[in-house]
Amino acid sequence: MRSLSAPAKNTWCPGCGNFAILSAIKPALNALEEEGLDLDRVVVVSGIGCHAKIADYLNVNSFYSIHGRVLPVATGIKLANPDLTVIGFAGDGDCYAEGLDHLIFAAKRNVDITLIVHNNRVYGLTTGQYTPTSPYGFKGRSTPGGTVERPLNPLEIVLSSGGSFLGRGYSHGIELLKTLFRQAILHKGFAFLDVLQVCATFYNMYNYYNQRVYELKDHDASSYSAALKKIREWDYNSEAQIALGLFYQRVLPTYEQSFSHLSPLVSPEREEAIRSTLESYI
Amino acid sequence: MMKVIEGSHAVAHAVMCCRPDVISAYPITPQTHIVEHLSQLVADGKLNTEFLTVDSEFSALSSLVGASVVGARCYSSTTSQGLALMWEVLYNSSGLRLPLVMTVANRALGAPLNIWNDQQDSVGARDSGWIQLYAENVQEAVDMTPQAYKIAEDPDILLPVMVCMDGFILTHVYEPVYLLEQDKVDSYLPPYRPAVVLDTANPKTFGAFVDPSKFTEYRYMQWDAQIRAKQKIVDAALDFQKIFGRYYGGLIDTYHAEDAEIMIVTMGSVIGTIRDCIDSMRAEGIKVGLTKIRSYRPFPAEALQKALKDASVIAVIEKDTTVGNQSALLTDLKAALYNSKLRMPVLGFTAGLGGRDITVTDIRKMVEISSRAKDGVAESDYQFLDLKKELL
Repeated sequence: MRSLSAPAKNTWCPGCGNFAILSAIKPALNALEEEGLDLDRVVVVSGIGCHAKIADYLNVNSFYSIHGRVLPVATGIKLANPDLTVIGFAGDGDCYAEGLDHLIFAAKRNVDITLIVHNNRVYGLTTGQYTPTSPYGFKGRSTPGGTVERPLNPLEIVLSSGGSFLGRGYSHGIELLKTLFRQAILHKGFAFLDVLQVCATFYNMYNYYNQRVYELKDHDASSYSAALKKIREWDYNSEAQIALGLFYQRVLPTYEQSFSHLSPLVSPEREEAIRSTLESYI
Repeated sequence: MMKVIEGSHAVAHAVMCCRPDVISAYPITPQTHIVEHLSQLVADGKLNTEFLTVDSEFSALSSLVGASVVGARCYSSTTSQGLALMWEVLYNSSGLRLPLVMTVANRALGAPLNIWNDQQDSVGARDSGWIQLYAENVQEAVDMTPQAYKIAEDPDILLPVMVCMDGFILTHVYEPVYLLEQDKVDSYLPPYRPAVVLDTANPKTFGAFVDPSKFTEYRYMQWDAQIRAKQKIVDAALDFQKIFGRYYGGLIDTYHAEDAEIMIVTMGSVIGTIRDCIDSMRAEGIKVGLTKIRSYRPFPAEALQKALKDASVIAVIEKDTTVGNQSALLTDLKAALYNSKLRMPVLGFTAGLGGRDITVTDIRKMVEISSRAKDGVAESDYQFLDLKKELL
């Protein structure tokens, strides 16, 4: 079994939820390796933010994209070489703000890639500003009087955009993360995981989450309406229990499959007939 | 009032004194402290402005376009990748002749990913129609802010202005700064009262389609406004001096230029080091001087021809390159000299990319290379300073 640890020095803060994601993706990938996954055919794509350093810490092929553009880069990699297993890591500032349009279109197209969002609900790398998932009234460094916007619910966005795999994890729950990462990577289509990844320095939510999270049980993940109901149970703002686990999964044709089903614009026979006609004039 | 203050906070204070109606920005290193401090001033009730924390730099500048056409005085700040993301709106806002003011905390553009200072970001936007002013130190960045509004909002100009200050070197430094006094800013900078705004009582359209029969004329008027802005930039600096007593030159400034055989031309914070270096070289009898670019757009061609006329060699030092040609200021300067009678050698040095320091030793080296060119020793007329050959 190959070590997935890279030699780069880890610079995340002590207590950062990113460690849990890193600690869960390694065994998830190693378990898949035991079952035949070639780790040299795994590509990790990250964005801009604290999360992005995961590309430095994982001993697989990786690509640092610019802010917000994890998904278009991951999509391009997958389309150009569909044999690769492409795993995107993005932040909530990265993916739900500047890159939000790409999230909608990745779900709409059902590209066969995995997206793991480190959703700490704060800009960590720029030291503590509000993000699209910060709660109403969040007092960050760009909103010292409290933000006057309500957060968006990324799972609801992805579900309504046609997402075929939706789950939520929590950085204080590595076993569930391992399970979700495995399911997501194995899913044929766009697998979306929102991970409540706690930023211990700028928005420490461990106590808050610990009191509210629960794992989905007896949930019908094939049902759109059941998924929507569970997704709406907590809107990232109001007081509610927070469900973790797989909300929704269905099998749909993937984007790259639809490309391979396209027939050539001109059949070889017709192309040959055109060529011979043209050559007759030379 | 003089205060030892972080550069970003001093600029935020200057922005506050200009009484903007709308501020819109997105956090990005090394600009973040400017807008964070502005948001704090708003939260503290010291700054009465509508502060938008938006989802991207593209949204930041786009929202200011909307605010500006209804007559609001607007402000934003960004850097590097953020400025690149604004690209479409840079042209849009200048074409619409909206007098926005934006501080650019100069930073390298990736790839490779780098958060440190050079000037590739704003220099790359030189053709976008924005006026570009470059500050040497925090005090000048502060003082340029009301000057920028004065120039932008002049009814004869109506163009957006970037105040460029080197990221980290100026944004994160603590140095003694004279903070602007509100009453003085109020007498220097009158409230913004545009003649043409969106008004339901008198409907107009902004951003309308213009066909080939008129497009060239619109572009010409924009070009002409930048050329005319040269005098306004000089006037804005002189008017500022009358009220605040501080002056940094108009389009350019010079230092020990009188009898300089070797003239350095550059812009931004490296000038502080160069001044010190000139002092010590002058003491050794080396006739070296400095011409500082304050306004890069509009480009001060005539002022440069005058300032450089007696030099034997010119050394252009800049923190950018034009991949596929030589660097930007260098080629601009050479273009300005070609149809003049000046025929001294002009050497270009790209230095300080991605945060690499430009040291006194570096400056001396560039002066030595230029001195050899003065004496007729042929050498490359454009080079990247101190390339690490082992990395190539």
